[in-house]
Amino acid sequence: MALSDSDERRFDSPTAPTDAPTVGELFRGFLMMGLMGFGGVLPLSRHIIVDERRWLSGKEFTELLGLCQFLPGGNVINVAAALGLHFRGVPGALAALAGLIAAPTAIVVVLGAIYARFQSDPHVVHMFAGLAAAAAGLLVSMAVKLALPLRKKPVAIAFAVICFAAIAVFHFPLLPTMLVLAPLSIAAIRKTGT
Amino acid sequence: MNSTLVSIALLFSQLSLLAFGGGNTILPEMHRQAVNVYHWMSDPEFAALFALAQAAPGPNMMVAPLIGWQVAGWSGLAVATLGMFGPSSIVTCVALRLWRRFKDQTWRRAIQTGLVPISIGLVAASAVLIVQASDHEWVLAAITAGCAIVAVRTRLHPLWLLAAGAAVGWTGLGQ
Repeated sequence: MALSDSDERRFDSPTAPTDAPTVGELFRGFLMMGLMGFGGVLPLSRHIIVDERRWLSGKEFTELLGLCQFLPGGNVINVAAALGLHFRGVPGALAALAGLIAAPTAIVVVLGAIYARFQSDPHVVHMFAGLAAAAAGLLVSMAVKLALPLRKKPVAIAFAVICFAAIAVFHFPLLPTMLVLAPLSIAAIRKTGT
Repeated sequence: MNSTLVSIALLFSQLSLLAFGGGNTILPEMHRQAVNVYHWMSDPEFAALFALAQAAPGPNMMVAPLIGWQVAGWSGLAVATLGMFGPSSIVTCVALRLWRRFKDQTWRRAIQTGLVPISIGLVAASAVLIVQASDHEWVLAAITAGCAIVAVRTRLHPLWLLAAGAAVGWTGLGQ
């Protein structure tokens, strides 16, 4: 492999582990992540991309994820788009995205059809109510886990609380809330260092 | 293209570009628009669709295609999917191309660090909103609390908690 080629294809590391996957391999790899990623695709995607298929090194994956978290959109969705584009251009990005959402889309539609069909059955209604309550609990746990590292960071806590109140208590629309709070939070945290 | 599909496209492409910090941050806005602005569904229906999407594998934004399908069938599914995943993916691809030019670490880190509390506030708001929409009975509130505690304290696979919640719900206890 020519040096210029490898520079073009790799992220920032010159010691990338393997050759670039094909469009078909990208589709199949992300199809597996979509199919097996119950309760969060991120840990699984790292396992498949870094350990199993060796498309990226661990360091490259973390860097890519950092970029993807900073951008709008689901983290794993962005990883799929970025990785596909990186290895195989626009066709690669489309293949990775299609692979990632194909199976989950089919599954949610089947679940939705079951829900719609048996909506009048009290057992099914109760079951979905229980399922919804459990899903709500998982979301609460995620908020708690995210918030725990903010301890001892008063400025960050203040902005998290203001943002929470704006959306959950005052029901402000998201766009203006973010346009006001995001720059203030970035400026304040940069200035105070907390 | 009918007006419902246009609304679906506008809503989800807007949410796609606003989803800083992942899918859970846009849940309150999705709920506000779908339930209160467009009146596509009731509160419990939204909570049920969210739960279905959580029970399925894959990215945590699968509630979007499901809402599209519920509101406008297969064309709604296609429009919601493209709207939800298209714009943010295009932004990601463009940003990746520019990545090497933005190597100013302090600048990037300042934005990243500053956005963290906003993301957390949004996820917490999502959690409260979904709890309010889901828990109309004490038993459901107990399921939510139990799942939250177990998920925070252990590394048990989330699917077990969803299954347990569904099983307790199935018995109809307290409902």
